[in-house]
Amino acid sequence: MTLPILLFFVFAGIAVGGALSLIFAREPIHSALALILVMVALAVLYLLMGAGFISAVQIIVYAGAIMVLFVFVIMLLNAGVENRTQHSIMARWLGIPLAVFLIGDLAYWMARGAHALPLAERSGSLAAGPVSTQDLSLHLFQSYLFPFEITSILILIAVLGAVVLARREP
Amino acid sequence: MEFVSHHAILVVSVVKIAVLLFIVLTALAYLTWFERKVVAHIQSRLGPVFTGPHGLLQPLADGLKFMFKEDVTPPGADRFVYVLAPLLSFSLAITALALIPFGPGTISILGQQTPLAIAHVSLGLLFLFAITSIGVYGVALAGWSSNSKYPLLGGLRSSAQMISYEVSLTLSVVGVLLMAGSFDFDSIIQSQSGRWLGFIPRWNLIPQIVGFLCYFTAALAETNRAPFDLPEAESELVAGFHTEYSSFKFAMFFMAEYANMITVSCLATVLFLGGWLSPLSSSWHWAWYLPSLLLILGGLATIVDGIWKMRGLARVILPFMGVVLIAVGLLCTRPGVIGVVQGPFWFLLKVFFLLFFYVWARGTLPRLRYDQLMDFGWKLLLPVALANLVITSLVVLLVNR
Repeated sequence: MTLPILLFFVFAGIAVGGALSLIFAREPIHSALALILVMVALAVLYLLMGAGFISAVQIIVYAGAIMVLFVFVIMLLNAGVENRTQHSIMARWLGIPLAVFLIGDLAYWMARGAHALPLAERSGSLAAGPVSTQDLSLHLFQSYLFPFEITSILILIAVLGAVVLARREP
Repeated sequence: MEFVSHHAILVVSVVKIAVLLFIVLTALAYLTWFERKVVAHIQSRLGPVFTGPHGLLQPLADGLKFMFKEDVTPPGADRFVYVLAPLLSFSLAITALALIPFGPGTISILGQQTPLAIAHVSLGLLFLFAITSIGVYGVALAGWSSNSKYPLLGGLRSSAQMISYEVSLTLSVVGVLLMAGSFDFDSIIQSQSGRWLGFIPRWNLIPQIVGFLCYFTAALAETNRAPFDLPEAESELVAGFHTEYSSFKFAMFFMAEYANMITVSCLATVLFLGGWLSPLSSSWHWAWYLPSLLLILGGLATIVDGIWKMRGLARVILPFMGVVLIAVGLLCTRPGVIGVVQGPFWFLLKVFFLLFFYVWARGTLPRLRYDQLMDFGWKLLLPVALANLVITSLVVLLVNR
């Protein structure tokens, strides 16, 4: 077993374990911590695929910025242990079949695509190896300028919404 | 064994990590001593003097004291998170140092050519920010898990402060990125080689002076240091997020703070002060003997001080240390060694200089009020960093045209 494969199984295991404890933890802050763990493990998996930039951004944006706000809000509200409800009927009857279907679907497509090219060769220079700031800006501000601008407007709308909600007179 | 021989890079990395950890932990301990001494002299006091000559054994005594103190967990605390928080703080603060290159080129360890950094990552700067951006959890979780009101308020304050200033910190660095065109620390340092008018080193400090000032101010706030040490404002919050922590868990927060200071100073050195580049002209061959000269002079001063001014055991210890310093200084003149020590020497000298500024700021400036802190961060620092970014991009665009 080579080192990358060993590392893959370790961090894939951590990601799955983190995701499970995210669901089963009863303390909101434990769930948030588990989610951070999943994101960091995913970043390592990206790194193993040779996508260094995406890996770093994954940690900076998700683990470092978004989850900090999550934790911050949980701390501010000082949310207690969550109450368990009786499972809904839909979840009881459809849950397991849907989960089986989803996993089977994923496994099927993965098995079919096993001979495809590795990620680094398929998705251009951004995923493969070292990234220069020039490559990055060319991709971000020329090839993908429109999605980039749309995303920033989306975020701007969210910010405006937050300001409006926060300043609403009683 | 076969695994090891196939992965020699792992063995070399472990050796490098062990060496760096030893150096950094010692440096951390003596940074506390240095800070106490400097702040004391700024305030016309003497600082630690009784524990060993010049109080040099004070860090050791502090460490022992921390280890033997009772380790209290407050009732109602979330035990898992309570233990996790200091571990997270300290390990992240130490991990960030793995990316810093301390010298140019490669050295040979166990027959392997390896760079003078634990990890040479082409996206070094991004990964460093990734590691430091998680650092805020240590503080926030410590505040939350203590189940006590002062830590909670301190933790909230501190995370708000760290998030706010992280924006300015990151923006102030983008100017350097634009000038170097790379995330790689080695390329960033190389881009600062050469000279203006034949004698001024081409460090980013001069064109990016605004960026440097923004960076340094934001870094003070980011590491929770005076005058931005609001999270531990003892007149309001007892000790902030680590009020309930005792024994070695407290020591870990303490060490994390100092490790963060070192990391931030190392990063400032790499980005703005030319990293391991020498400020002196490379045609001056005598400059190569500066590390030795400094060590030998320091050793002589230690011997003189020990024999003429000290009493008791210190009369033996200090001259012994002086002899060791002189021996190291002489070793640094050997042909094989003299080339290797140049890079780390200048790097560490610059880091030391920045650390002194840190301590100086703490000894001089009064603490800000919380609303002043937020106003300063969002209404002054952020616009200035943004303006610096815009102007730098414009200049880079016009120059490269």
